Amino acid sequence: MSERRQGLTRRLLRDPVAIVCLAVLGLIVLASVLAPLLASHDPNTSSLQDTLAPPSGDHPLGADGVGRDVLARLLYGGRTSLLGALVAVAVAVALGVPTGLIAGYYRRGFDAVASWTANLLMAIPAIVVLLVVLAVVGQNMYLAMVVFGLLMAPGVYRLIRASVTSVREELYVDAARVSGLGDARIMRRHILPVVIAPTVIQAAQMFGLAIVIQSGLEFLGLGSASEASWGAMLNDAFANIYTKPILLLWPGLAVALTVAAFGLLGNALRDALNGSRRASNKAPAPTTPAAMAGPAIHIDGDELLVVRDLRVAYDQEVVGGVSLAVRRGEVLGLVGESGSGKTQTAFAILGLLPPEARVSSGQLLFDGQQLSRAAVPKLRGRRIAYVPQEPMSNLDPSFRIGAQLTEPMRRHLKLSRAAARRKALDLLARVGIEDPERVYSSYPHQISGGMAQRVLIAGAVSCDPDLLIADEPTTALDVTVQAEVLDLMRSLQSERRMGMILVTHNFGVVADICDRVAVMQTGQIVESAPVAELFANPQHPYTRMLLDSTLEDSAPRTRQEEMA
Amino acid sequence: MSLLDIDDLVVEYPGKGWRRAPFRALKGVSLSIGTGETLGLVGESGSGKTTLGRAVLGLAPVSGGTIRYDGRVISTLNRAQRRALSDEIQVVFQDPYTSLNPAMTVEDILTEPLLVTGVSRVEAERRVRDLLDQVRLPADAGQRLPREFSGGQRQRIAIARALSRDPRLIVCDEPVSALDLSTQSRVLDLFIEIQERTGVAYLFITHDLAVVRHISHRVAVMYRGEIVETGDAATVTQNPEHPYTRRLLLAAPVPDPERQARRRAERLALLEGRA
Amino acid sequence: MIAFLVRRVVAGVVLVLVIATLTFGLMSLTGQDPARTIAGQTASHEQVAQKAAELGLDRPLPVRYADWLSHAVRGDLGSSWFTNEPVTSALGNKLPVTLSIVLAGLLLSAVLSVALGVAAAVRGGWLDRAVQGLAILGFAVPSFLVALLLALVVAVKLGWLPATGYVPLEQSPSLWTQSIALPAIALAVGAIAATAQQVRGSMVDVLKMDYIRTLRSRGVSERSLLFRHALRNAAPPALTVLSLQFIGLLSGAVVVEKVFGLTGIGTEANSAASQGDVPMVMGVVVVMVLMVVLVNLLIDVAYGWLNPKVRVS
Repeated sequence: MSERRQGLTRRLLRDPVAIVCLAVLGLIVLASVLAPLLASHDPNTSSLQDTLAPPSGDHPLGADGVGRDVLARLLYGGRTSLLGALVAVAVAVALGVPTGLIAGYYRRGFDAVASWTANLLMAIPAIVVLLVVLAVVGQNMYLAMVVFGLLMAPGVYRLIRASVTSVREELYVDAARVSGLGDARIMRRHILPVVIAPTVIQAAQMFGLAIVIQSGLEFLGLGSASEASWGAMLNDAFANIYTKPILLLWPGLAVALTVAAFGLLGNALRDALNGSRRASNKAPAPTTPAAMAGPAIHIDGDELLVVRDLRVAYDQEVVGGVSLAVRRGEVLGLVGESGSGKTQTAFAILGLLPPEARVSSGQLLFDGQQLSRAAVPKLRGRRIAYVPQEPMSNLDPSFRIGAQLTEPMRRHLKLSRAAARRKALDLLARVGIEDPERVYSSYPHQISGGMAQRVLIAGAVSCDPDLLIADEPTTALDVTVQAEVLDLMRSLQSERRMGMILVTHNFGVVADICDRVAVMQTGQIVESAPVAELFANPQHPYTRMLLDSTLEDSAPRTRQEEMA
Repeated sequence: MSLLDIDDLVVEYPGKGWRRAPFRALKGVSLSIGTGETLGLVGESGSGKTTLGRAVLGLAPVSGGTIRYDGRVISTLNRAQRRALSDEIQVVFQDPYTSLNPAMTVEDILTEPLLVTGVSRVEAERRVRDLLDQVRLPADAGQRLPREFSGGQRQRIAIARALSRDPRLIVCDEPVSALDLSTQSRVLDLFIEIQERTGVAYLFITHDLAVVRHISHRVAVMYRGEIVETGDAATVTQNPEHPYTRRLLLAAPVPDPERQARRRAERLALLEGRA
Repeated sequence: MIAFLVRRVVAGVVLVLVIATLTFGLMSLTGQDPARTIAGQTASHEQVAQKAAELGLDRPLPVRYADWLSHAVRGDLGSSWFTNEPVTSALGNKLPVTLSIVLAGLLLSAVLSVALGVAAAVRGGWLDRAVQGLAILGFAVPSFLVALLLALVVAVKLGWLPATGYVPLEQSPSLWTQSIALPAIALAVGAIAATAQQVRGSMVDVLKMDYIRTLRSRGVSERSLLFRHALRNAAPPALTVLSLQFIGLLSGAVVVEKVFGLTGIGTEANSAASQGDVPMVMGVVVVMVLMVVLVNLLIDVAYGWLNPKVRVS
């Protein structure tokens, strides 16, 4: 954990914005601390003959409406503003962090009460409370900042509670508990480190917020009259806005610069933190061996889709020259382990890769026609369709199933609203949904995963495509549901004579539904054969290794040991 | 006498929202595991198999029945008493990405369970080298972070963590489901080898009948919070009696086109017969 | 949905009650003796005592509070201790001013932040960087500084719009628009910055969602993808930010009103609080919190409309 925090600091210090912010803040703090040394005047002594004096040797920044030295007030004002903000942030953190930790970790009653209180506090317009408090306590700005800290505490509380709640769900916390760690130790080792960074980010932003609200109050004429402050300077400048508008410059600049530095610092911290998160989630990229030609594909003119020399690259090449062909009415299995490039190949054919992917293909033939990559979007949904892997995340949660099914049909098939609805209901019945009306008017969160996958299949075939590309369509499903979905896909495919590319890692699924198989390894097709041939007589060592790894036919352990 | 005895176990989660009926995840489950034995627990999502594992680990609320470990009731222990059991019962979770703290080095992850017992750091570090060797990871792996390892290697780290306290029972919750085929079989072989060497017992939870057949001595099949069939692995995974188990078996496709066609026909016939 | 709204209304009522109680308690803690202040420094003890009796200050605090509350729920907020003007009519005169600038600011923030946020998320490049820059600027320059700058440049130097004063809507819609333009813009800058940032962030996230890819695979038009599907899913978190921003807008109004010489609720809040005019302060607090509750309720309705998980079930 220390390593990560060091990493965070290092990343932060590599960001020029962060360095500038830290430098600016450092200077402001230093100037405020050293105010008595830097200022040659008392910030509160006014002299009538210096009223609105222009900058001079005696008053480097001039004097204000009652003849006080602007530079001195600026420097001393920094003390008031920074200290006041510090007080507010300290109170917010001191209240928000412990309550957030307790509520997030133990939940139950405390969580309910604390969350309710937090919601209440967040709905209060802060300035009204502060006006009342200042009226009551007699212009004591620090006390007002304590109250403002209290009002900001719910923000900290919510953030901490949310981070703790999400970490608590992590399996490593369960593992730590099973390892015999007590709550205190789990908090210290596993939960606090995760919470510290977002707290620091938020603290930076709260600093800015506190300075803004404090100077606003002082601008209204509240706060101690005997202490110089940026807000009070703005108040004075406002009184002289017609005669000497330049007076607005210095305190305005001081407030804006300080707040901007805090805000930017918070952003830089967040970027640094996200950088480390992103790195930790990155799956190891497959290494690509020197490009070699995959197995040559044999073409006899009856192909629905022919792809030659397809390449996809991000930082590295993930698909390195794939060639494949699918006939009408044929199911091609694209098999491989994770990182083999099989899904990337499927998305590349569909033109659905993210913008940062670089795609090139030597040739793309669809239904006998040469296709440019730019022409693919026009075929999507109409002639080429896609069935995804995760049923639940592939339905728009905000729209009813019916709306999601009818939208493409109305666009492509030019159906009326009523006709599209009838066709959607027929499709839902066709994919084996028992109560199409109910599912039609349901939201995705109201149906099961198996049902959602049937809906997605119905959507894919809704505009009678010629080619269906299915990416691990049964991987997220239970085996019994998987068998039913495979039955459905098989019957739809044969009744419509669709060509189909099925991406999978499961040789059982291949054996069940595919006519031909292409085996992929690190971005290349290493072997391609009719299904019976591939299982009976695998040629490539990688294919043999994969087939040997399947456990389907291994002897039961009980039997093995009896034999031993 | 068996190592673990579960008798009529009921687990209920409080209903979501105010005054909702609680959700009963386990409806009176009984099973037992002997010393050095692997009990495979098979079921589909929502069957309650993971909940059963969590109940044994003390991570799920037991509202009825008992769990006995080594003759002693452990389902009613408080947190402190439970902690004392940590050198007896350990865990390997499914997801090797979230089961290791991404911010800790492998060495920190592996020494953590040792240091709570009061072992010195020097001793703990020596033990880590031994553990890494046992799970076939290089000795310098300790200095690295989990993200530098592949899924299979991470799962080896999780196994090493489970082994660090020499437990007599490890709850394995889908430990190979997230792994590639070739990695899967190597990790399963590691599990078997460790069991043969140390005599640890496994409660092996999975949805995959093939995996369970490969590693288990006995198999229990769960369906909607209940156990519908128990028996030795060969019988349950090849000639099951309960219709649900048969359905489960026939639904899993075999990697052989001809046999799969037969199995499919058999399954459809079974479904027709039922309808 | 009904249950959800009922819960929100109850929470709103509780919020008003809690804050009214707290304020009443706080106001009675002041060291000042309002009867003495009103009666004047030269007044005799008898005169002060008589004034106190007149204001009901001789009764114990809980009784005074119960009295205030029982009148307040019937819409009678009492009269100012200093001017004797009924609080409801005093606030009734000032409410349109504050409401105008705050609601115009809210509308401006909603429209511009969606436009900027979506454009930044979809176009990326310099536009994205400009919106990010604006977000920092909007955060760093508080609304009253923006107000001062606008007053100085647009009103004083350029003379394009009036620097001070308010023209009621019913008197002249065009002059009304002119009189609230600068204050509304000053208020909105911060809210636009924060909300646009949120819209951008959630749009970027939603556009990466699996279902967007699937909808694209079905040949759904890019336009529908963006404005029907993505924006709708990105809107709820942005609405949450907007509702928090509205509370900030109200706070900002107190200061911005002073800059533009508007006599609104904010100005009243400031003067009443400094005088210790308890009935007036209570009135201001109740009205302000009611505004928050009402706007949040509207935003909740919009949230429920956008998010079927809240609406259905």
